Amino acid sequence: MRAVVKQRTANYNSTNLEDVLETRLFPDLSDDQGGESAAAPRQLQAGVLLANRYSIQEVVGLGGMGSVYRARDMHFPNVTKLVAVKEMINSAPDPLVRATIVQNFEREANLLATLNHSTIPRIYDYFSLESRSYLVLEFIHGKDMEAIITDSNGFLPEEQVVNWAIELCDVLDYLHKHKPDPIIFRDMKPSNVMINSNGELLLVDFGIAKSFQSGIKGTMIGTEGYSPPEQYRGDATPAADIYALGATVHHALTRRDPRLEPPFSFSERPLRRINPSVSPELEVIVNRALEYDPASRFKSASEMKDALLAVARKTGMLIRSGSLTGPVKTSGVKPLWTFKTEDEIRGTPVIFQGSLFVGSYDNNLYAVNAADGKFLWKYPTDGGVVSRPVAVDGNIYFGSEDKRLHVVSARSGKVVWTYFTNGPIRSSPRIAEGHIFIGSDDNYLHAVNLNTGRLAWRFEAADPIRSTPFVLNDFVYAGCESGDFYAIDFRGALKWRFHAKRAITSSTVGTPQALYFASVDSTLYALDPRNGWVIWRFRLGKPSISSPCIADEFVFVGASDGFIYAVETKTSKEVWRFRTEHQVNGSPVVYKDSIYCGSVDGNLYCLEYRTGRLRWKFGTEGAITGTPLVFDDVVYVGSTDHQVYALLA
Amino acid sequence: MDKLINKIKSLLGSKASPAKTLDTANTAPLTEQQLQSIVGNQHPRFELQQLISAAGQSVGKQRELNEDSILAITTTMAGNSGNLPFGLYIVADGMGGHQFGEVASNTAIRTVAGYVLRKFHAYLFQIKTDTMDESFQEIMLGAVSDAQKAIQREAPGSGTTLTAALVLGQQITVAHVGDSRAYFVYPDGRIETITRDHSLVKRLEELGHISPEEAENYPHRNVLYRALGQGEILEPDIFTVSFPQPGYLMLCSDGLWGVVAEQDIVRAINESPTLQRACQNLVTAANMAGGPDNISVALVQLIG
Repeated sequence: MRAVVKQRTANYNSTNLEDVLETRLFPDLSDDQGGESAAAPRQLQAGVLLANRYSIQEVVGLGGMGSVYRARDMHFPNVTKLVAVKEMINSAPDPLVRATIVQNFEREANLLATLNHSTIPRIYDYFSLESRSYLVLEFIHGKDMEAIITDSNGFLPEEQVVNWAIELCDVLDYLHKHKPDPIIFRDMKPSNVMINSNGELLLVDFGIAKSFQSGIKGTMIGTEGYSPPEQYRGDATPAADIYALGATVHHALTRRDPRLEPPFSFSERPLRRINPSVSPELEVIVNRALEYDPASRFKSASEMKDALLAVARKTGMLIRSGSLTGPVKTSGVKPLWTFKTEDEIRGTPVIFQGSLFVGSYDNNLYAVNAADGKFLWKYPTDGGVVSRPVAVDGNIYFGSEDKRLHVVSARSGKVVWTYFTNGPIRSSPRIAEGHIFIGSDDNYLHAVNLNTGRLAWRFEAADPIRSTPFVLNDFVYAGCESGDFYAIDFRGALKWRFHAKRAITSSTVGTPQALYFASVDSTLYALDPRNGWVIWRFRLGKPSISSPCIADEFVFVGASDGFIYAVETKTSKEVWRFRTEHQVNGSPVVYKDSIYCGSVDGNLYCLEYRTGRLRWKFGTEGAITGTPLVFDDVVYVGSTDHQVYALLA
Repeated sequence: MDKLINKIKSLLGSKASPAKTLDTANTAPLTEQQLQSIVGNQHPRFELQQLISAAGQSVGKQRELNEDSILAITTTMAGNSGNLPFGLYIVADGMGGHQFGEVASNTAIRTVAGYVLRKFHAYLFQIKTDTMDESFQEIMLGAVSDAQKAIQREAPGSGTTLTAALVLGQQITVAHVGDSRAYFVYPDGRIETITRDHSLVKRLEELGHISPEEAENYPHRNVLYRALGQGEILEPDIFTVSFPQPGYLMLCSDGLWGVVAEQDIVRAINESPTLQRACQNLVTAANMAGGPDNISVALVQLIG
């Protein structure tokens, strides 16, 4: 049992609002409910003429205390003048309390009517009828900022958010300097900021409804979302509005709704970690507005406005318009060496005893000296080599689109044996328990004896297997192009099967707790390795054929929406995402505290893996679709520009 | 196992492995049989892997009303086609003053359990070979939002904490809102809170603005920033962890963890011969400490 009841928040758009209203109107002791009978309509119907003047057209919003209607002002019969009518239902059972509420409402309405600022909607009228009070305001054609944030595909441009923030500082400053008493807005949040069809900003929903919220016991806290920590003490000061403005800007720039996060946790979601395109100067301003201690924040909204203006000038934001993205510049990273093949490199290299082995679309497997990139030998197949070779006991194992699994000596490049499947091989081999497991476009998973090169068994899948099989605790796991995912025991018998909606080209990684793979159905899956039940699914922006990698409590994966994602394994919560300029079809790898990942935009990205912060990027002349290899502080990556690059990690 | 036997042998100074303590040992060495039985009791082996559970509840010493609700479902279903331990455990601590707290917590456990069982029914109790369309975490999220709606309908204005653990095989998927807690308790005496309280006091403590001592005496200890039934957007904590083996999963309301020290909780569990006894001992310990609030506790073990 608890002594304190938290205040119900009074925001818009609640689907459960009808329930709330109903109870406010008709609590269990419904006899002494003042003016309204139990059958009273909760909302005004279209066509109702309110106060003999406002013709109700439709409900345009649901406020905490009643509805908001669009209405036509019939005092202007020759023109269509639209107004917003905000209704507040007075549900206090005690007549004296009810009267006080109405008095407060009228006092506040009078006050608001005296305000004159371009971003504050004009108040035309107010009145009370029975147990309802109405405020008639300027009708705004537009969209609120929360909807703008939600509906946008990526991050909003920084200069747009900065311009809004400057205007909000301006109006807050106006309110805070109001005489005789400062006006504290108290409820700064994206849903209270409207952008009209001319792109002009308006601050709506002044806390006038607050006096209608009485009657709830122990109302004392609104720590959710945008409110500052001191609010639980009931302090409403200009500093509180500044904090909430900081929170609003933070939400707009990160797209992370603070109502879904623990209170006062903005510092755990640094702006630039989530949205690296934000300038460091702006981050400093937002952080200062969000200081825990009110005294550490900006002294006034005008001080914050000046800081924002300074940033805007410094970064040229006020001048620049349109897209932020210029041509991709490569940084000062210089390759240690490069090696050129005769066609695209789509696969992944491997290192064995000082040599680097990599396949190319020119049908060859190349061996080069890992230290200087000098050519050692090449081994020709009859098809493109698009996968990752494996080195075991002096031999290199790899598949080719010539349908064969090739085994060649690492030293000489001479063939040891080959094994035929009936389809091109795009899967990479997995070696475990004396067998090579490899998928083929002939729809089979082949288990081949490592020494003899003979088939031990094969497992028929529904479609080609292009993913690399994964072996864990006596089972072989592989996804296939039909979307089926199989767990097969070492005798070739199916243990369990899982079905995704689209192809699973991505290769699995896993721990005894979970298997992770992505699918063309735009989902990253976590499956229980023992039985195939889905532990969680993480929604990617677009289909993915990238293979995940794991480090600590994170799983990383790319997708064709251009993002590299970091997801927490326990909660399936996104930790960060990093935007590249094109699809991410290759796979990330973690080395020390960095993650390396290529993109079809041609760059190899090196990010801090805990934060997703960009350390450096290196541009190649073509798309990178393979996985980089990091060995001894050197990162090796192939590109469709035909080259392999060796870079300092 | 052998290591353990040897260790016990060496501690007890068995003849088979003479140890330094032999001179001072004043108990007779145990026979191999006795040793086996001691070891056997400490680590029971069961051929069939299964869940076992128990629950305890008390209104406490100072409240008239029990606003806590608790639910435990433990199933065993094993055969040639496999063995998949399935269990669902929920503790909910209602709030809302007058009469709605217990409605909220009761609505929460019934709605969540109903939702989860409906989802799994076709896959567990009918022959259905399809892959389940939803993940454990999505099902728990769905159950919580269902409960949220149900509470706003049945007991508007009230709220409840909810700590629910779905066990399937070795995976525990937890959905959590408020300040009831889930713990892992290990036979070696360790105890680990696996949930995070959604309380203002905890938040201020996490941020380092008040010390743990100040937190003890904080005036608004009861203030939650997230509760089922409250607010229009509810984001429960949902996560999946592996069942501790050996170890226990414990769910409880603050009527237990708020008044009984962690080490006393561990001792009560590890010293009890059965889970039922352990639950009773925990409830008794909370009442002995004054029983200021309703007490609910569930203990679960995955054996075999």
